[in-house]
Amino acid sequence: MLEIKNLHVTVEDKEILKGIDLTIMPGEIHAVMGPNGSGKSTLAYIMTGREGYEVTEGEVLYQGRDLLAMAPEERAAEGVFLAFQYPVEIPGVPNTTFLKEAVNAQRRHRGEDELDAMQFLKVVRQKVKELGIADEMLKRAVNVGFSGGEKKRNEMLQMALLEPRLAVLDETDSGLDIDALKAVADGVNALRAPDRSMLVITHYQRLLDHIVPDKVHVLAGGRIVRSGGKDLARELERTGYAEFATVAA
Amino acid sequence: MTTAGAQPFVEQYGALKGALPGVGLPWLAELREAGLARFASLGLPTPRDESWKYTNLRPLEKVAFGTPNGEAVSIDRLPSLLPAGASENRLVFVNGHYRADLSTLKSLREGVEIGSLAAGLERSPETVAEYLGQIAPAGGAAGEQPGEQPLLALNTALSGDGLMLRLGRGAKVKTPIEVIFIGAATEQALAYHPRNLIVLEPESQAVVIEHHVSLGGGATFANSATEIELGDGALLHHYKMQAEGPETFHVSTVHARVGRDAHYDSFGMSLGSRLSRNEVSVRLNGQGANCHLNGAYMVRGKQHCDTTTLVEHLVPRTSCREVFKGVLDDEARAVFQGRIVVHPDAQQSDGHQLSKAMLLSERAEIDIKPELEIYADDVKCSHGATAGDLDHEALFYLRSRGLPEGPARRLLIEAFLTESIEAIAAEDLCPAFLASIADWLKT
Ligand SMILES: Nc1ncnc2c1ncn2[C@@H]1O[C@H](COP(=O)(O)OP(=O)(O)O)[C@@H](O)[C@H]1O
Ligand SMILES: [Mg+2]
Repeated sequence: MLEIKNLHVTVEDKEILKGIDLTIMPGEIHAVMGPNGSGKSTLAYIMTGREGYEVTEGEVLYQGRDLLAMAPEERAAEGVFLAFQYPVEIPGVPNTTFLKEAVNAQRRHRGEDELDAMQFLKVVRQKVKELGIADEMLKRAVNVGFSGGEKKRNEMLQMALLEPRLAVLDETDSGLDIDALKAVADGVNALRAPDRSMLVITHYQRLLDHIVPDKVHVLAGGRIVRSGGKDLARELERTGYAEFATVAA
Repeated sequence: MTTAGAQPFVEQYGALKGALPGVGLPWLAELREAGLARFASLGLPTPRDESWKYTNLRPLEKVAFGTPNGEAVSIDRLPSLLPAGASENRLVFVNGHYRADLSTLKSLREGVEIGSLAAGLERSPETVAEYLGQIAPAGGAAGEQPGEQPLLALNTALSGDGLMLRLGRGAKVKTPIEVIFIGAATEQALAYHPRNLIVLEPESQAVVIEHHVSLGGGATFANSATEIELGDGALLHHYKMQAEGPETFHVSTVHARVGRDAHYDSFGMSLGSRLSRNEVSVRLNGQGANCHLNGAYMVRGKQHCDTTTLVEHLVPRTSCREVFKGVLDDEARAVFQGRIVVHPDAQQSDGHQLSKAMLLSERAEIDIKPELEIYADDVKCSHGATAGDLDHEALFYLRSRGLPEGPARRLLIEAFLTESIEAIAAEDLCPAFLASIADWLKT
């Protein structure tokens, strides 16, 4: 599904990722954990094509294709989804309009028929119910005036509607209370499928109590300093990231 | 002495004065002569005039404008901003001439006078005399500060026809009064000078929609002037759509006097003309008087769009909100000049002004000049201005969800402008304004 090879990324002339190797097979969930500033979001953004990040070495293959050569919208339509750590507010654009435009843009790209207003509403109502989202969140402008938890739920709603092949969740758990955390985890688990992979970026282990990963990687100082099974997350909970500061340096 | 740019218009006056509305009324002839004298001495504005620093009328001087004859133009289909049946009163003016054959007036009754200014001058000249040239003094009327508005003076001299609306005390016209101004020119460039008079007596209410369009693709110069008197507790919603052709010049001067607890609510959408200027002056001269001056504009190519406002707080407890939003592409230019004057007696004035411009091209420009003159101490006044590109974060967010760059940009621009439409009270009008935004984005 995803193959990251020796990836080096520079932001404003500062090297942030210093040679990442990571392979995710179809159906797998990988967790990436690490201290603040270790480059987790950089890794997430590089996969979605945000501007300002320069790849100086290495490559990223998605379903065997050069992901980095694709425009952000193409990646999305091909099934790459990022749940943003900080979802963006878009004043004046109603959430429903945004969701419908996104779903239909991707359908167009894939040569599928667009959903009309009625069809879309039916789908979105269903997902909203499953995720326990208030209907009025659909009418408001995208993320404007949403609480932290509402923003994260809105990311999950988008993920549920867009049904990506590769979902990257960037600290979707931070700042959530336990109910919201469970809702997010339920959303993720509902999407688990043999042909769908996920990269769950988190700072804490608690999300991984609900979303059990196949592999856990520790990112520190721009490198993956350790990889292991799901138990690695528990171990990190006890020891913290302190030891990796020295490994990375 | 007459300046070079002014000379052709002065000559036009000589040729036209026998055929202008209200001919034979001595007071009106006097008003016109005074306007002409003032225009002749001031000339067309130049960038040396403080309030025309950023808008150059030189391109206008280069066009030889003739004088139009409205009767000759045949109109197959009237443009309307309203769904069928939403308006009971529609007035159509072609090149400044009233077209009774295209107009409909259904609300006429005791206390409701809707019609053309020319008809008003015939029916009740003394009423017109009471207001015309008094709210917007351009000819140096006794005891009034004339103001440096040469184009208003020109309009006063050459005033063609326009809307005359007068509502008696407590009269309410519920459906919008639609006024369509059509500029129709082909090879011969034409200049015309619409003049509107709106008098709402205490507690009366109306909605007026001005729609300015072109037919024929030729060059026109529409130099309109509007005087508005709002009595105590009166309410006027005044909407305007300026969608003239790419070869036109559009200048509009509005003067409004707002009485005690009266409300003047204005919104203008400007997307046509190679050069346009909307100049609005409001005198809040009764306690509790309130105004909204809002607008939106979309310009591209080499279009130039000027918004100039003056709000005078003359007595205590008056308020005004101004929000102007614009989108500029290519080499388009915009000007926003917003002056707020709080006079010494006007305690507890509340005046806020905001200009927001979205510059889609590196060559697009906006000049912004806010001016606050405050002579009272207990006031709340502010101004703000932003000018910038689309929000890159929002653009990336949309693209990361699969929207291609073009549609994503359009969605963001549309959202930016749509916010200003949401404040429109006449709901029937919103679809047309929204459609104009969508159309503009498509081309
Ligand atoms: N747009 C940017 N401009 C400048 N520095 C950045 C930018 N994005 C990230 N960085 C820097 O890169 C490093 C890694 O950031 P980030 O990927 O956000 O880490 P994490 O998500 O693990 O907290 C930090 O030192 C941060 O300051
Ligand atoms: Mg981060």
